[in-house]
Amino acid sequence: MNPVSSAESGVAIRVRQLRKSFGPQLVLDGVDLDIRPGEIFVLMGPSGSGKSVLLRHLIGLETPDAGEILLNDTRLEDEGIRDRFRLAMVFQSGGLLNSLTVGENVGLYLSEHRLKPAEEIERVVREKLALVHLGPADALKYPAELSGGMKKRVAIARALVMEPQVVLYDEPTSELDPLVAVTVGREIVRANAVTRATTLVVTHDRDLAFGIAHRIAFLNEGRIVAVGTPDAIRASQDPLVRRFLSADFTRD
Amino acid sequence: MFRELGKMVMLSGAILRALPKVLRYRRNLFEQLFEIGNSSLFMACVLSLFIGGVLSLQAGPLLAQRGLGSMLGGLVGASLAKELGPVMMSILIAGRIGSAMAAELGSMRVYQEIDALRTLNINPIEYLVLPRVVAISVALPCLLVFSLLVGCAGGAFVAAFNPEVAVSSAAFFNNLRSTLELRDILHGLIKTFLFAVTVGVVCCNQGLDTLGGPRGIGRSVTKAVVNSIVFILVLDYVITRMLLPFTKASMAGGF
Repeated sequence: MNPVSSAESGVAIRVRQLRKSFGPQLVLDGVDLDIRPGEIFVLMGPSGSGKSVLLRHLIGLETPDAGEILLNDTRLEDEGIRDRFRLAMVFQSGGLLNSLTVGENVGLYLSEHRLKPAEEIERVVREKLALVHLGPADALKYPAELSGGMKKRVAIARALVMEPQVVLYDEPTSELDPLVAVTVGREIVRANAVTRATTLVVTHDRDLAFGIAHRIAFLNEGRIVAVGTPDAIRASQDPLVRRFLSADFTRD
Repeated sequence: MFRELGKMVMLSGAILRALPKVLRYRRNLFEQLFEIGNSSLFMACVLSLFIGGVLSLQAGPLLAQRGLGSMLGGLVGASLAKELGPVMMSILIAGRIGSAMAAELGSMRVYQEIDALRTLNINPIEYLVLPRVVAISVALPCLLVFSLLVGCAGGAFVAAFNPEVAVSSAAFFNNLRSTLELRDILHGLIKTFLFAVTVGVVCCNQGLDTLGGPRGIGRSVTKAVVNSIVFILVLDYVITRMLLPFTKASMAGGF
């Protein structure tokens, strides 16, 4: 797979010496990353390695103890950053508001910020739901009526409504069967192709990572231990990466 | 404890700053108003009916033995308007609505709905907390008015049909009219409004502060209700003490 060559809407993300502790526990220990505009960048690593915490920093849900995050050379904490860059995130649980219908969830950004009239919002919602293979009838359902895979797809549609320049996915295939996981993986690739947004995916799922990534980084104990194309990561001689990639269930 | 108080002060400041935007969130506000009014009115009426009744039952015979049975209406009305109505309604609402607020916000926190709102550039204080606190502050004083009417009716019913009291409804309401003044009702409404704001802030703060899954939600709900009741009772003393000079005249005139 070739990285997006001309990324009009995607932005470059640079992470410099990011450190974060929760109490005595050091979670991010000087993370450095360069993510190119428009690429699908996958962050892999074992549980508790700090992947989701890093993702939460990138969208401003956590504040670092030290270090900085730059979006096209603008610091993430700068005033008015949200007016200059549109960042969206798809949460592990979907993060859909249970009191709203699917349609209302998807159109929430537009309706709350009064960016379009109601009929136009309805049209955009239908269009974005169609992008993730959901129909108008699904727009009337409540999140509690959806399967795990559908929730993830609705969350992707909600992110796309923002016409984001950066989309962050936190464990998008967790709790999904392999068939649905493949569908969600395809939706991520398709969304990236449509929006040209810089896409960062945090996952344990090796099939997903090697299936969709332009580049992969491997995080362990709060440090980046390897970065490269899927082929480079497969060929990595780093013992942690080798152990993670070769882990298999075999009966003694 | 001081950390929680500090958080509540910060939350109150954020709510005050967001207050001019409340009509932007009118849909959420009306939903909350309906939720509070609709789900609590019947229970508030039942509670008030029995509070009024038990006041008559306890005080009626004592007053009647001393030839003061005709004063019962004023006693029941003043007790309901200034003290029992505001405190009991606020405790009822803390248990019924405050707990639901803490549980809902707690669940939204745990299941990342609040984080999702932030990523959509929607301020959770404006979108979730402001309509709830405003709705409870409007609805609770309204419930007090209903509670007062129903409570007095309950008191009058017991006064008329209990042979140990035997005060006619006409005598009961005549005394109530001559004793209870508008400022007594205002006293109750001011108290109820302040209790409502307190319940709203305490419960929303607990909800937003929830950590750790379903067990965390349960803990938040318990803390929200217990803290609300403690705040209501402490504030009750403080507000009564502050408002006492303004209501002394009516008490002197009535009894």
